[in-house]
Amino acid sequence: MKSKRNWTLILFMSVICFIGACQSEEEINYDRYYTTGKQLYESRCGNCHNNDGSGLALLYPPLTDTTYLQSNKNKLACIIKNGLNGEITVGGKTYNGQMPAQQDLSDIEIAEIITYITNSFGNKQGLKKTEDVNKDLKNCQ
Amino acid sequence: MRNLFYLLFLGLILSACNQTPDQLPYLGERAPIEKMVDGKKVIDTIYQSIPPFQFRNQDSLLISEKDFEGKIYVSDFFFTSCNTICPIMHRNMLKVYEKYKGNPQVKILSHTIDYKYDLPSRLKKYATKLGINDHQWEFVHGSKDSIYQFAAKNYLVAAYEDQKDPQGLVHQGWFVLVDKNRHLRGAYDGTKTDQVEQLLKDMDILLQENEK
Repeated sequence: MKSKRNWTLILFMSVICFIGACQSEEEINYDRYYTTGKQLYESRCGNCHNNDGSGLALLYPPLTDTTYLQSNKNKLACIIKNGLNGEITVGGKTYNGQMPAQQDLSDIEIAEIITYITNSFGNKQGLKKTEDVNKDLKNCQ
Repeated sequence: MRNLFYLLFLGLILSACNQTPDQLPYLGERAPIEKMVDGKKVIDTIYQSIPPFQFRNQDSLLISEKDFEGKIYVSDFFFTSCNTICPIMHRNMLKVYEKYKGNPQVKILSHTIDYKYDLPSRLKKYATKLGINDHQWEFVHGSKDSIYQFAAKNYLVAAYEDQKDPQGLVHQGWFVLVDKNRHLRGAYDGTKTDQVEQLLKDMDILLQENEK
């Protein structure tokens, strides 16, 4: 009787351990995207937006405006891929420059960059999936 | 006796380490000349110097070496649509500007190498966006021949057009430090934070020399 109870306890404990040790697939992808995204950001975006996301004066907007990134979260893929022209307001300041297109970036690379940006510099939006980037890119204006 | 010798030698080395250089080197070519001083022949050195120049600045005014008389200045080459090294360079140059803001002995001279598009009106927009509204930092435009040759020959900075480059223009990111006699006294990689820190230190040394 006593040994049966012990076995149940061991089984129960090991199940808990399993759940605890395993990250969900989304968490693993998040870590993976974030790390690659950081490298891509620093080689593709950091010159202008600065590696700490602070931008440069009124020439290049910062990426620290959480509200802007939140309300434009489905447009970010298009902005990165096709560039951006015209006036925008970020952090209460007006910017009117020309962001170059980066057509050579693949959907997964864009998802990695977005995951990095939207979870750095004070932002916290979680994983950007490649499928979502794919969907966003079909609706570019 | 021998120990004493070693001790002295060690002392000498250590004192050499501790010394802060109070003079900056002269860069570029140099030539000896003979001069008469107090009726005696003396050999002196002529150092490379920036020749007289004329460029149009962000307010479409012609500026020349006369605007830099009695001043030390930092010079660089860039263009406004450059998205490779230029933003990093000018993020760093802003540190120079902010440190010496209002100091009448210090100026900054940025030459655009995009002679086609970076006309004074565009330079003005760029300067304003960067937050520069005075003439301590001049952004200047020159013709193609004058700017590429001027960069290479006088500031020892390479800049040229290249079809293979995605933006069509290639240039180096040196910040060149020039003294009040228009001699080259230092060259620093404007994209590296530690070299820009060194530039700021060297500018202080050069300013002390200015007061002598």
